[in-house]
Amino acid sequence: MNILIILFAAFVVAPIMLIIALTLNRQNRIIRNRIESVIKLFLLLCACIAIFATVGIVMSVLFESIRFFQVVPVTDFVFGLEWSPQTAIREDQVGSSGAFGAVPLFAGTFLITIIAMIIAAPLGLMSAIYLSEYASKPVRDFGKPLLEILAGIPTVVYGFFAALTVAPLVRDVASGLGFDVSSENALAAGLVMGIMILPFVSSLSDDVINAVPQSLRDGSLGLGATHSETIRKVVIPAALPGIVGSILLAVSRAIGETMIVVMAAGLAANLTANPLQSVTTVTVQIVTLLVGDQEFDSPKTLAAFALGLTLFIITLVLNVIALTVVRKYKEQYE
Amino acid sequence: MSENRALIESTLARRYAREKRFQWYGKLAISAGILFLGFLLATTVGNAYTALQQTYIGLEINLTEDDFDGDLTSKSLAQASYGKIIKRSLLEKFPQVSKRKEKKALYKLISTGAEYDLRDKVVANPELIGQSRIFWLLADDEVDVFMKGRIDRNVDEGSRRLKDNTIGWVDQLSAQDLIEKRFNKPFFTNGDSRDPEQAGILGAAMGSIYTILVTMLLAFPIGVAAAVYLQEFAPKNRITDVIEVNINNLAAVPSIIFGLLGLAIFINYFGLPRSIPLVGGLVLALMTLPTIIISSRAALASVPPSIREAALGIGSSPVQMVLHHVIPLAMPGMLTGAIIGFARALGETAPLLVIGMVAFIVDIPGGPMDPATVLPVQIYLWADSPERAFVEKTSAAIIVLLLFLIAVNVLIVIMRRKLERRW
Repeated sequence: MNILIILFAAFVVAPIMLIIALTLNRQNRIIRNRIESVIKLFLLLCACIAIFATVGIVMSVLFESIRFFQVVPVTDFVFGLEWSPQTAIREDQVGSSGAFGAVPLFAGTFLITIIAMIIAAPLGLMSAIYLSEYASKPVRDFGKPLLEILAGIPTVVYGFFAALTVAPLVRDVASGLGFDVSSENALAAGLVMGIMILPFVSSLSDDVINAVPQSLRDGSLGLGATHSETIRKVVIPAALPGIVGSILLAVSRAIGETMIVVMAAGLAANLTANPLQSVTTVTVQIVTLLVGDQEFDSPKTLAAFALGLTLFIITLVLNVIALTVVRKYKEQYE
Repeated sequence: MSENRALIESTLARRYAREKRFQWYGKLAISAGILFLGFLLATTVGNAYTALQQTYIGLEINLTEDDFDGDLTSKSLAQASYGKIIKRSLLEKFPQVSKRKEKKALYKLISTGAEYDLRDKVVANPELIGQSRIFWLLADDEVDVFMKGRIDRNVDEGSRRLKDNTIGWVDQLSAQDLIEKRFNKPFFTNGDSRDPEQAGILGAAMGSIYTILVTMLLAFPIGVAAAVYLQEFAPKNRITDVIEVNINNLAAVPSIIFGLLGLAIFINYFGLPRSIPLVGGLVLALMTLPTIIISSRAALASVPPSIREAALGIGSSPVQMVLHHVIPLAMPGMLTGAIIGFARALGETAPLLVIGMVAFIVDIPGGPMDPATVLPVQIYLWADSPERAFVEKTSAAIIVLLLFLIAVNVLIVIMRRKLERRW
């Protein structure tokens, strides 16, 4: 409760007081200048909250991870092939140590991400090309917002849809074809995630394709190339760095996505490349380890923070690369 | 010359065919996305619309003074065993039922929560005692699912959720018009429940509202202030560069990481309780902050320099210029960006799971410090429940959430139309 009052005082009451003080002392220049410098200080403080958030994330995740790595060696975590985080109640119980090898989780995450990107990258790119190069204005005005609706749907809705509708569908089709399918298969989660990522790829690629100068297209068309030849041989190569950047951003989005996999992918940490099997992901394990009551010093809880740290690092690296590539590319044509 | 021409003409048909094909790929890609959207919405609505109605059973109940041990004080009215009264009335209705097992099945026709509804009716209206009249009570969720045609009576009894004798009783009741579907008021006025027929979304909706309120109160002023500093006052140096890069990267951090932050800092370090909207709101505020800062900066940047110069020219200080002229002119743009951020926060689930807003909470929260859950988490919880009747509740909760989001988006469109100004 105290925190609430302090926060409220600092960020709601204080600025109002400052503005009132400023209006009352409009005539007196010395007081006005002082109040104004306080206001600037307040604004700087607010800008620093963003830094606080980042520092807070790094610190909280890092400290708990260090505590985790004091119990479980880093090498076991990074190279271990077995994941079973149950800690025993009694010391002498079978399998009491728990295994914290994260390889199956990363394998599962990448399997689902790859399936998602196989759907999202071509569909998103082709939609972007069609919308920006071919579509008439009414089609564009109609199609673009519809695709953007896909981006606005909460992920829990996709998760429910994947678990209730798509997974049984995949299971029926695949077992009809004579395959051995798990009911919580990676394919269903990947398919739905691909659709979720699609508008992301398409709107980013759309920006990038629109940034290609018209003169390049005109030159190609003037030489007698067809429209599609122009797109494939001129526009896409010119926009390639930007497209790669947008796909990397989408990959980072897919890796960090939680609800679809929590609801549609399994909990069993299988090390498999078969999309019809059940796999688990980093985010699923974070959620399962932390939901429910837990004490803060068991390796089981701390493992979630170690997973969070790796997730944070992977997505951060992907984002930094992607943002740099996109920025470089945009500068090229400005 | 003619050789070249022949070469070109010979490939022309193939090139045009390829052009056509390429266009088709584009059309297919877009229609795939849109078809999926249609499929998703159609199945959800198809599952959800039946949740608007709930099955009620009309049961003749004879309330005698003996049920209340002869004394009719408000205390004994509240404490009487209404479950027993309902069971007795069911046996009176179906006197042929005698075996223990059959009786148990018979009692299951009526929801376990119905006795509380009956109690409320009697307490509100004690003259009912001594009369025999028909009370409409909530039916059990399995009966409800059967009445909505989702249990096939032709399936072999062993693999059917509802057994033959129960179906027989339901048929008997419907022949006498004593079973009917009515508007599902509990869904809109109740909190969560283990019994699907009693479960409602009001608790989750209130939790969502409190959480978003906390988020808005914190994220909007801080976000706008940060944007104003970075856009208007910040000197171009290393520190402001770091802040900028930081904000851009923060916008792309997976949402579940913010949940870890909330768990480690707000709950573990500051000792705030779990499952409360305040913590949820704080976490979501940090999550939406980068979005608000980025869009607010864009709005501030679009205010033309002539406005600033005019203000400075007539003698206002830089702070006055920003407060009196730039911020009011940029406000529509900043509000639109903020609302987009809040819409995303409204649909966010993962970080709230981590900070413990998944608890099973029956009471409707009365403030940001009461344990609560939010709409998307409620959807997740119901989706996880095994009862068949929860499928329609989940879908209906999804529709409610989507309606919330559509309302927000319509608001954005209207604001853009009305307030946006092109310089």
